[in-house]
Amino acid sequence: MTDVGRQSRRAARLVGALLALGALLVLLGASVGSTGFERVWQAWRDPVAWQIVWDIRLPRTLGAWSAGALLGLAGAVAQGLFRNPLADPYLLGSASGASLGVALALVSLGVSPFAETWLLRVGLTGAAFGGAVLAVLLTLLLARGVQQTLRLLLAGVIVGVVLGALTALVMLFDPEVMQSMQAFMLGSTSFVGWTAWWLMVATWVVCAALTWMLSPVLDGLSLGEATAQSLGLPLVPLRLALVVVLALATGAAVAQTGLIAFVGLAAPHLVRSVAKTTHRRLIALSSLMGGVLLMAADVLARGLLAPQELPVGALTAVLGGGYLLWLMHRGDAMAPSRGS
Amino acid sequence: MPTIALQARHLCARLGNAKVLQDIDLDLPAGRWTCIVGPNGAGKSTLLKALAGLLPYTGQVTLMGSALERLPVRQRARTLAWLGQNESCPDDLTVWDLAMLGRLPHQPWLAVPDAADDLAVEQALRATQAWDWRGRTLGQLSGGERQRVLLARALAVQAPVLLMDEPLANLDPPHQADWLELVRRLVVNGTTVVSVLHELTLALHADELVVMDQGRITHQGRCDVHATHQSLEAVFDHRVEVHELHGRWVTLPRRQI
Repeated sequence: MTDVGRQSRRAARLVGALLALGALLVLLGASVGSTGFERVWQAWRDPVAWQIVWDIRLPRTLGAWSAGALLGLAGAVAQGLFRNPLADPYLLGSASGASLGVALALVSLGVSPFAETWLLRVGLTGAAFGGAVLAVLLTLLLARGVQQTLRLLLAGVIVGVVLGALTALVMLFDPEVMQSMQAFMLGSTSFVGWTAWWLMVATWVVCAALTWMLSPVLDGLSLGEATAQSLGLPLVPLRLALVVVLALATGAAVAQTGLIAFVGLAAPHLVRSVAKTTHRRLIALSSLMGGVLLMAADVLARGLLAPQELPVGALTAVLGGGYLLWLMHRGDAMAPSRGS
Repeated sequence: MPTIALQARHLCARLGNAKVLQDIDLDLPAGRWTCIVGPNGAGKSTLLKALAGLLPYTGQVTLMGSALERLPVRQRARTLAWLGQNESCPDDLTVWDLAMLGRLPHQPWLAVPDAADDLAVEQALRATQAWDWRGRTLGQLSGGERQRVLLARALAVQAPVLLMDEPLANLDPPHQADWLELVRRLVVNGTTVVSVLHELTLALHADELVVMDQGRITHQGRCDVHATHQSLEAVFDHRVEVHELHGRWVTLPRRQI
């Protein structure tokens, strides 16, 4: 077997492992909760257990997968687009932008962020999307493009801090929104219902299709701007389309689950550590990886201090932060290309 | 087929506020290897980028008889292949996947590589002796090996015009010799090769030399004529000398003491 075949088989094995792990975690997520561990198949006979599993645990668990899949996809797109292995939706300020959008929508609509009506869901998703797009554009503007990595990350951090402060100000002026936003800021899947799940899945399908089409652009961009241009890639419109995908995926996930950190960063890195491949496969695998990571974090958040529940965003921040520190310690993420 | 592959008229280009190219007129013959040489800051790489349409310029550039800016981008990409100086190299891509990027101008959106793409990539990897590592990732290769893979990527485009900026960077002498052979084969098969080289002795193997200094062309001519050698020595302040050795031309540093 050739080395090329070996990489393809690794990628295929990873898909199989992630799907199997995902199915196992769905089963586990449907079984674990504040009422205890319930076997899913017993729910068929017990109406109360059925209601708990069907109306609460299953949409929440599948919602965690969808949000994680969106963040994993967004992370892989961000890292390819900005040619920076440390880029993720959160670091580029789009998550903070999305949360400011949601806070402003809540102030104007005066509702809970987890309201269960289609109209409000779409409105919140739209606000989160708009906020995410504006934040990414602001980051790009401050960084004067995507050429200078350090400038880009600095701009992302600044935009994130400023928009975070603005969100805090909005909450300060409206205490009702502050209470509603608390769970949102810490990140939580506990309010995800079927409506939110459908919205995330629909967004994921759109984003996955778009990134499938745009992946060759990311591969071309990895060779540098001039070479990508020489390969006949119309960079300006394609970059814009990728920014839209990034903002849509982040906005949709953040609108439904709040700020969940580091999933977008860690998922592509984990995939790369197993299989070296083109962006088309990397993004699909990162999406699957992100789904599995957030589902696992969600199950942990429910089970670690049961019956008390931890905010899943806080858990991913702690675990993801540790992973980032380990990456920095290893030095691979920041190492320049070998020169000889 | 036009006799002039690339033509520039009144070509000017800036980098920031600095005017790097000043009113360049240039004809690059088709099916020949032309080498652009000159001291640091002469504007060689900027000229090459402008000829490839990769930076803003004023004046006119004509590629195979058509105005460069009017050519559709994909047609331009199929006609002119580019190998840049210090091209970035993603560690995670395999050699095969990277070389396959050269086929992007030929592939419709959403299409997967077909047999013609596979064949072109195989030929390019074999031509640069990178075929045996096709399954390795770029992160597993040395600088010289990466340079050969990047060259394969440019060859995989199968464009009639190939522009290369410092293609010998990181290549050891035997592979520099291989590169010369490869360029010779390409030219014999009708490809127009234009390269920027700092290795003057290797540059003197080209068919034609374009000598640049301070954003202008000071001389264009065949490599085996005295006027070209004089011009070459002049732009380097006579700190190099061109000598004949076994029927070939070599440059040596002039003795100062």
